[in-house]
Amino acid sequence: MTDWEAVIGLEIHVQLATQTKMFCSCSPVFGDDPNTHTCPVCLGLPGALPVANAQAVHLGLMIGLALGCSLASQSVFHRKNYFYADSPKGYQISQFDQPLCGPGNLAGVRIHRVHLEDDAAKLIHASESGRIAGADSSTVDFNRAGTPLAEIVTEPDLHSAAQAREWLALLRTTLRTLGVSDVSMDEGSLRCDANISLRRVGDQTLGTKTELKNMNSFRFVERGIEAEIIRQRELLDSGQTVTQETLHFDPRSGSLTTLRSKEEAHDYRYFPEPDLLPVEVTEAMIASARDALPELPIERAARYVSELQIDDVLAERLAGDAELAEFFDAVVEAADKSIEARVLATWVSDDAAGRAGDDGLLASKLEPAALAELVALVDDGSITTAAGRTVLDQLFEVGGSPAAIVSDQGLGKVDGGDELEAAVDAAIAAEPEAAEKVRAGEQKALGPLVGVVMKHTSGRADGGEVRKLLLERLGS
Amino acid sequence: MIAKMLDRSEVIHIARLARLNLDEGEIERTAIELSGILDHVERISELDLEGVEPTAHAVATRGELRPDIQGASLSRDQALAEAPVTDGVGFIVPSPGA
Amino acid sequence: MSNDPTALTAASSAALVKSGELDASDLFEAWLGRAELDTFGALSWIAQAGESPEQVDGPLGGVPLAVKDLFCTEGVPSQSGSKILEGYKPPYTASVVEALAKSGAPLLCKTHQDEFAMGSSNENCAFGPVLNPWDKSRVPGGSSGGSAVAVAAGLAPWALGTDTGGSIRQPAALCGIVGLKPTYGSVSRYGMIAFASSLDQAGPLTQDVTDAALLFSQMIARDPRDATSVGHQESIHLPDRRDLTGVRLGVPEELSGDGIEPGVRATFEETLERARELGAEVVPCPLPHAPHALSAYYLIAPAECSSNLARFDGVRYGQRVDPGDGLDAMYSATRAAGFGPEVRRRIMLGTYALSSGYYDAYYGRAQRVRTLIQRDFDEAFANCDAIVTPTSSSVAFPLGSRTADPLSMYLSDFCTVPMSLAGIPAISIPNGMSEGLPTGFQIAGPAFAENSILGIAHALESSIQFDRSGARV
Ligand SMILES: [Zn+2]
Repeated sequence: MTDWEAVIGLEIHVQLATQTKMFCSCSPVFGDDPNTHTCPVCLGLPGALPVANAQAVHLGLMIGLALGCSLASQSVFHRKNYFYADSPKGYQISQFDQPLCGPGNLAGVRIHRVHLEDDAAKLIHASESGRIAGADSSTVDFNRAGTPLAEIVTEPDLHSAAQAREWLALLRTTLRTLGVSDVSMDEGSLRCDANISLRRVGDQTLGTKTELKNMNSFRFVERGIEAEIIRQRELLDSGQTVTQETLHFDPRSGSLTTLRSKEEAHDYRYFPEPDLLPVEVTEAMIASARDALPELPIERAARYVSELQIDDVLAERLAGDAELAEFFDAVVEAADKSIEARVLATWVSDDAAGRAGDDGLLASKLEPAALAELVALVDDGSITTAAGRTVLDQLFEVGGSPAAIVSDQGLGKVDGGDELEAAVDAAIAAEPEAAEKVRAGEQKALGPLVGVVMKHTSGRADGGEVRKLLLERLGS
Repeated sequence: MIAKMLDRSEVIHIARLARLNLDEGEIERTAIELSGILDHVERISELDLEGVEPTAHAVATRGELRPDIQGASLSRDQALAEAPVTDGVGFIVPSPGA
Repeated sequence: MSNDPTALTAASSAALVKSGELDASDLFEAWLGRAELDTFGALSWIAQAGESPEQVDGPLGGVPLAVKDLFCTEGVPSQSGSKILEGYKPPYTASVVEALAKSGAPLLCKTHQDEFAMGSSNENCAFGPVLNPWDKSRVPGGSSGGSAVAVAAGLAPWALGTDTGGSIRQPAALCGIVGLKPTYGSVSRYGMIAFASSLDQAGPLTQDVTDAALLFSQMIARDPRDATSVGHQESIHLPDRRDLTGVRLGVPEELSGDGIEPGVRATFEETLERARELGAEVVPCPLPHAPHALSAYYLIAPAECSSNLARFDGVRYGQRVDPGDGLDAMYSATRAAGFGPEVRRRIMLGTYALSSGYYDAYYGRAQRVRTLIQRDFDEAFANCDAIVTPTSSSVAFPLGSRTADPLSMYLSDFCTVPMSLAGIPAISIPNGMSEGLPTGFQIAGPAFAENSILGIAHALESSIQFDRSGARV
């Protein structure tokens, strides 16, 4: 059996978060009634002309800078000619041989290019729409036509389905942090195609690649690529060859099907769009894109390690989620400086994020300042860690002040005194066998006794103190 | 430079790319007409164009960009007004797969 | 006659309206009456009586306008001479038509043209040919033939046309009127149904040079809806030049020698002599790459048109033919039935020129030839103020005489195409008669030199005193 290495490159289409479409002033909003956001330009009416959106160019430059790309001084739009019902003009306008951004790199994966183009309309097939328009007809909705897209193309630097998914997640967080796109795979504002080929481990030349189209979730990206790698491996192992083709992954059946080609022989007859002049990228435009860049996930993780002494894994986990990282930064900002950042980080990453689940922290009632206050109460010994978690539950559900919750519900730590002594006595009475074992020097028998004390004090007692007291009473 | 005489299969291929039905007579006629025109226009191959940059636009060279400000869109009725076939919501087309 | 405002030039009428001697709505109604006299197939649509504009305080004084079919006019058929757009009423109006209406030139009528502006005889119109008012057995030229005839026959005071390779200048010459192709980018193309985007430019067709200057002065604007529009570097004034002292006119042998009919060459020589008498210096002025201009043009324009016309697919507007065999079959049937033979020919030619493996040899090379032609003009204008040539190699030719041979029709554009490729302004004025038909004299200047060529044209016009009454109905 030969050892095969997968070679994977990604092409990612990102809908840019602009107020208007790429070449006209219609809103690119998603989800409205069909054909309510169109004009002569995006409907391709006779005589209408495109004018490029300055904000789309600005967002494209931000993406280029964030991905470490070289920026073109001039970019040229081309026409990509093809006939299809989703194409109002009979061509797509795309930066073909002079893209806005050239080579770059994100986390070791080389970026080939980033360029701007306009999106196609939405074709609703009769079977999907449920409307009776004749079984062999489709309906076209031009709301999406002309939505600005940035296409990000990587070099074939990925080598497994899992790695592709992980890298795509980093790219998505980076784009979300930039604020250039909603990056929602559900709504199609982030779409991913993959080029996949296999070669013998150690070979330098690339094998025949296939293109896997429009996988619309992270899971499907991983599963689709995995399925294609297996398919190619089986072909090659059995002495067959891979055919260059475009495939569609059906997540329900897990199968790959060949897509019908859009244009016979793919002769797109590219030529410079004569309705547009080249976009000149000025120093001022680059400076303005640079000024608009927030701290990126990779930079943020590095800062957490170097400035906040957080370990690598935790730092990457926090920084890899733009929302979580912003929440964490706010907690650090609000917290007393005497509290170590890595303690805060654990609370944010493990306790808070763990409770948030898929909805995210922002959907909860928890405020960063409240979490900072809560950690301070635990840190100075006012409450136990267990009580702190109880308070956190409350903060999540109803919000409010940790100190108030502690005092309202009597969650303050039981500090020695009568209450604790009474609880210890009660525990010894309740677990005589365990008490006898401890007296006989069997220390691990302390467990059940501590458990009873904790139960009686609702976790407000300090474990160390309870142990100490039990040992004193049991005279060992 | 290149073969000047267009053959039938090339004409059929080009007509297919351009989405134009041509009947047999038109295919023949088009092959002859286009060959004649190409024979003439190929005289530009005599010119030495080494180092000559192409000109896409003669006068202006740099495009103005548009500020990202919403303008009026057409109402759906306006958008659909001239459509040959519509259901009042969208444009109806024959199925691409048919 | 003195009471007939339609006997006046547009500028004279505008002056009378502004001085209060003429009522704008009377003027509009009078021109409606003239438009009804169309027996040349020139007009595709005429305004209703009583549609005259309320407000006419603009510089164009309410003098109504004939507009070529391919300009989109809201709610008014805009068909670009094509069956595929028969009856099409756009939901918006072209920027330049809107601007002219605002300046006081309301829409009077629309005019027939070669389909999608492809043609030099107006015989490629889906709605029938347009006849030349000097001789109804002859063509009016094209593609703005209907606009030229409307002005020549006195159906409209002035008209809007478009010029891609000569489509304003050549019909102006063949009909004995004035036609100006402006500097590319000075007039917005928004709402002009495109033929070849990098060449198309709107311009005036008028009774005289003053009218051309007046109409053009209100057309120039940088339009935020047209990324290729730049507006103009100077405002356009009404020309008053009567001599040509100190003016150097360059005569390119390539565009004035071989291939020009003797009768046309004779009036050209006469006009050069007249220019010398008016004080001009006439010098030879080579344009060595001009003989290649037609080749470059007949690659660039079809290539752009093959893509521009892809949108006519029977989905959002226009005619549809559906054999019931899926989307592609509908496209191919619709486009084969909707486009005429010349349009189909150019789409085929352009598709071929852009197709895989041929781009560099055809479109790519043509764009480089364009650079050489532009350089020729740059060098020429270092030595002269304007370049002059016959506008058309021949006078109006008989209907049907050139339709069998597309190449010969193409070759007749050789005097006007080089200026289009270079994007520079050029005007045609009537300069005499040959075989009882008018001839045209073309004056081209550097980019944005419209004031200069309008001045030269005015001086020549004042001296020539061309009699255009023979075409008036
Ligand atoms: Zn729009």
